[in-house]
Amino acid sequence: MIRRSLLKLANPQLLALVGVLLINWLLFPNFFRVTWQDGRFFGSLIDVLNRGAPVAILAVGMVGVIATKGVDLSVGAVMAVAGAVAATMVVAGYPAPIAVVAALVVGLLCGLWNGILVAVLDIQPIIATLVLMVAGRGIAQLITEGFIVTFNDPLLIYIGTGSFLGFPMAAVIALVLTIIVTLVVRRTAIGLFIEAVGVNRAAASLAGIRSRMLLLLVYSLSGLCAAIAGIIVAGDIRGADANNAGLWLELDAILAVVIGGTSLLGGRFSVPLAVVGALIIQAMNTGILVSGFPPEFNLIVKAGLIFIVLVIQSPLASRLAPPRLKPAAKVAAK
Amino acid sequence: MNRSLRPLLATALIFAIAYALAVMQFPSMFSTRVLGNFLTDNAFLGIAAVGMTFVILSGGIDLSVGAVIGFTGVLVAVLITWAGMHPLFAFAIAIIVAGTFGATMGLAIHYLQVPAFIVTLAGMFLARGGASVITRDSVPIYHEFYAWISDLTIRLPGGGRLSFIGLTMVAIFIVGALIAHRTKFGSYVYALGGNPVSASLMGVPVARTTVAIYTLSSVLAAISGIVFSLYTSAGYPLAAVGVELDAISAVVIGGTILTGGYGFVLGTFIGVMLLGLVQTYIIFDGTLSSWWTKIVIGILLFLFIVLQRLIFVASAPGEKAQKA
Amino acid sequence: MAETGYALEARGIVKIFGNHVALDKVDFGLKPGEVHALLGENGAGKSTLIKILTGAYQPTLGEVLVDGFPVSLNNPQHAQTYGIGTVYQEVNLLPNRSVAENLYLGHQPTRFGFVDRRKMERDSRTVLARYGLDIDPSSELGAHSVAVQQIVAIARAVELSGKVLILDEPTASLDRNEVERLFEIIADLKKSGLAVVFITHFLDQVFAIADRVTILRNGKLIDTKALDNLTRTDVVRLMLGKDIAFSGATKLEENRPLGEVLLDFKNYGRKRSVQPFNLTIHKGEVVGVAGLLGSGRTEMARIMFGADAADEGTVAVAGIQTSIARPTDAIAHGFGFCPEDRKAEGIFGDLSVRENIVIALQGKLGWFSALNRDEQLEIAGRFGEAMDIRAASLDMPVKLLSGGNQQKVILSRWLATDPAFLILDEPTRGIDVGAHAEIVRTINRLRDEGLALVVISSELDEVVAYSSRIVVMRDRELVAELNGENINPGVIVQAIANHKDGVSA
Repeated sequence: MIRRSLLKLANPQLLALVGVLLINWLLFPNFFRVTWQDGRFFGSLIDVLNRGAPVAILAVGMVGVIATKGVDLSVGAVMAVAGAVAATMVVAGYPAPIAVVAALVVGLLCGLWNGILVAVLDIQPIIATLVLMVAGRGIAQLITEGFIVTFNDPLLIYIGTGSFLGFPMAAVIALVLTIIVTLVVRRTAIGLFIEAVGVNRAAASLAGIRSRMLLLLVYSLSGLCAAIAGIIVAGDIRGADANNAGLWLELDAILAVVIGGTSLLGGRFSVPLAVVGALIIQAMNTGILVSGFPPEFNLIVKAGLIFIVLVIQSPLASRLAPPRLKPAAKVAAK
Repeated sequence: MNRSLRPLLATALIFAIAYALAVMQFPSMFSTRVLGNFLTDNAFLGIAAVGMTFVILSGGIDLSVGAVIGFTGVLVAVLITWAGMHPLFAFAIAIIVAGTFGATMGLAIHYLQVPAFIVTLAGMFLARGGASVITRDSVPIYHEFYAWISDLTIRLPGGGRLSFIGLTMVAIFIVGALIAHRTKFGSYVYALGGNPVSASLMGVPVARTTVAIYTLSSVLAAISGIVFSLYTSAGYPLAAVGVELDAISAVVIGGTILTGGYGFVLGTFIGVMLLGLVQTYIIFDGTLSSWWTKIVIGILLFLFIVLQRLIFVASAPGEKAQKA
Repeated sequence: MAETGYALEARGIVKIFGNHVALDKVDFGLKPGEVHALLGENGAGKSTLIKILTGAYQPTLGEVLVDGFPVSLNNPQHAQTYGIGTVYQEVNLLPNRSVAENLYLGHQPTRFGFVDRRKMERDSRTVLARYGLDIDPSSELGAHSVAVQQIVAIARAVELSGKVLILDEPTASLDRNEVERLFEIIADLKKSGLAVVFITHFLDQVFAIADRVTILRNGKLIDTKALDNLTRTDVVRLMLGKDIAFSGATKLEENRPLGEVLLDFKNYGRKRSVQPFNLTIHKGEVVGVAGLLGSGRTEMARIMFGADAADEGTVAVAGIQTSIARPTDAIAHGFGFCPEDRKAEGIFGDLSVRENIVIALQGKLGWFSALNRDEQLEIAGRFGEAMDIRAASLDMPVKLLSGGNQQKVILSRWLATDPAFLILDEPTRGIDVGAHAEIVRTINRLRDEGLALVVISSELDEVVAYSSRIVVMRDRELVAELNGENINPGVIVQAIANHKDGVSA
């Protein structure tokens, strides 16, 4: 059993993450140095966890959506909306916990809206979520009345920049969320049903799975995760920037999910691997920064990364190296 | 009536009513000056939207448009200002680069059989990143050719003026409409959007058409980038962020169905003008803030998506749930 | 080359996919000026043969000849240059484009590089007039009825090829008048010397229009005959297998006591799908459903299971009136359904054998009472063993299994839900002999355990062997119910072949 779980660890995503970290170390020898200061850890590695958290959280929500053969383009905009709600409410004098809950509820509703368009009106996901992608930032600006709403609320700032047991709060939230969602998805039948709907919706319906409820659930979760990420980002800069908060992060989240091995055509998915995907992206990001390259290189490296993943996942590749498994022997009865 | 005309008529009607209401409130909006500015201010969006119309008609999507506009602006600025090239020469290089870029995306979409959005997403990262690697700052362009072109206007009665770039957009719309509606290539684009399997059985060269569509979109995005640089007299790597979303919105509001196969290039023109009208109205009003533009575009987008669903699903041939 | 008199000929065609022989040394000859019907059940090899004749597939062995000359057809466009045109069941045109464009796409007349739309529409009008269509060529194709679209497709195929016309189930979604209209057109084309291949499930239509018939079964050529000397019964017998013993009933278990009534469908039907039918099903009985493809047998199965909702009639389960509007309703009442198209509607290809087996049970249990991995393995292992599923591991993707094992997986899926009633649509089609025997054994075992089953099959001797009763479907209608003595292949063939009033032919 132990050997088996060790083997499981040696998957391409984790190897890639280790590879990227090693390259970073070669480029920047201090990369792995972690110091303890003011009751928290510091270092590039910690930075990767901290900066990677928002995309990791988005990826947790996005992975379920993509597994059902969908996509959620609106998460970046929903981040902005949630950040705006939280910031404006604390500035208006509401207690921070209420502001946070309100922001989460708004994110959930945004996700539910997408879910209704997809599941009930049967609109293609990419089109359905485009509406909020376009309008979301406008709504966020409407809430903040066009200003960058800055705040000094300790709770929000703590969510964005604080630390827990020495680790950045954002990373801790991402970790807890990953664990909760993974457990919920795998300890219930939801994960299996999501995969079944993504693989073959017609068969799923004949096997008695209620795919509509499931779609509403995954899109709502994606909205909720976006709201969490939005609150973190707002807390980090102590303000809500409706124009730039979460800009293009939906694309990073999709990329993280795809790197995590979930096909854009739906089916098998893994929440932890999507999070690893987010960390790979951030590790490259940080690596480029600390080794002195201009940050713009990032975009080019990301483009290359998408291309590689697409080639690996494409039908062309599987035709060149078809999986050969022989259906032989009888089931080993237990 | 031809059902693909219905969304177009809806757009035209909405535009007419909205414009009439705006004019009632601000009579000065009914002037050649405002109309001339309409064309000039939206020229780059309109040109990019023509390319997007072809992409969406074929059932695809191109997220790289804004980035290609930004990249072209930077490339042109750098070639002119740093390398001392003549603008026309720089334009030619930019168009060739963009054409190659679009062709590559088309090849990837066809041969890797992956969704267009993810390929063009990679394209977006590449173009944005490439532009930023060339320069991180805005590069101003000072060249007599640029000065000459911005003076090149046609005066209209009533104080308005038609600028060169405004006219360029109109010309591109006309050429685009001719290509879409009057050439074999145009009919192949619609065929792909209608049903790629049928299209291929009917002898449509699917690979060639796909590559041509994305090449066209990137070339038009490059022209749009050139126009943008004429408009701003500078190249900036973060210019035109999000223009792809405006272009998609204009196309959809202009009556092209997002799943492909139905629509008109001239509908996109009305779509662009409608977006322009929203912006102009907000400027005229003075009390409304700019973010209303996005919200209104979002609402229009939603309405048109639902409208398309109603028109095209209600009358579509029966569900394919079962086989005889 | 010798003049063979055939416009299009296939000689000794063998087509092998992986290790499945789809066509085994099939010969086929098509004369100019004839309508040649190609018949066979699903999986008989009709569509493979058509795809080879149109260049969509290349034969593994054998050759295709046009006018006596061997040719190699690379793709449908290439076949078109040899004069071979095809019209498919689902109209493969572009509903979003104009009629004229659908006629000429890829071959539009141009002037100065632009499509000469006026000439194209003028030409279209002339062409359409020849087919008796007076429609506006500039109108959207999708705005017209399926029949008109079908005629446009024929016109396109004939205009672009002109020697051979292959019609692949062109009448599947047409009503009676539309079919007649289509037949007039086919008759005209025949008169003009065109060679027509006609594929259909409707025997009436074969006798109404065809001159000769070729029958395929299990990838083998059964016979090619002129229709003049054939009766409908002959044709059905050829299609379903003439090696079945036609004398008397097979060993039918005598006077099996009927269990209590489990299901009672009264006037149950759905518009455009299946005519209202009455059917009572008892515990411990197998109701066999016989009928050719397209007779409404699958539609009947789907509305019983709620996959399509019935729009008239009532159903009672164990004497209580209820409503079955969706599969979850049916499953809650203990129904299970193995669909005909395993790949499209049955299996979850990328999921494991284990998950494929437990999914319906899990669906019944709901989101939150999940079976853990060990329970899943136990259930999958138990049913996998009972059904003798041959898989290297229960965790391998089900798509890597053979067709027969996939079918066993789907059957296991429903058995795991402890069902009271199972609907099996063609459970033994396209699977190997071993799996076939296992599934028949299982059907018998389940009946003995008191389950009610409805089994649709085109294997007559098989249906006869396990059915307590047989209902016969024809033209989307339940036309006969056979009991006791009447359960014998001869009677069934008669019931399938009979047509109501003997009008046509």
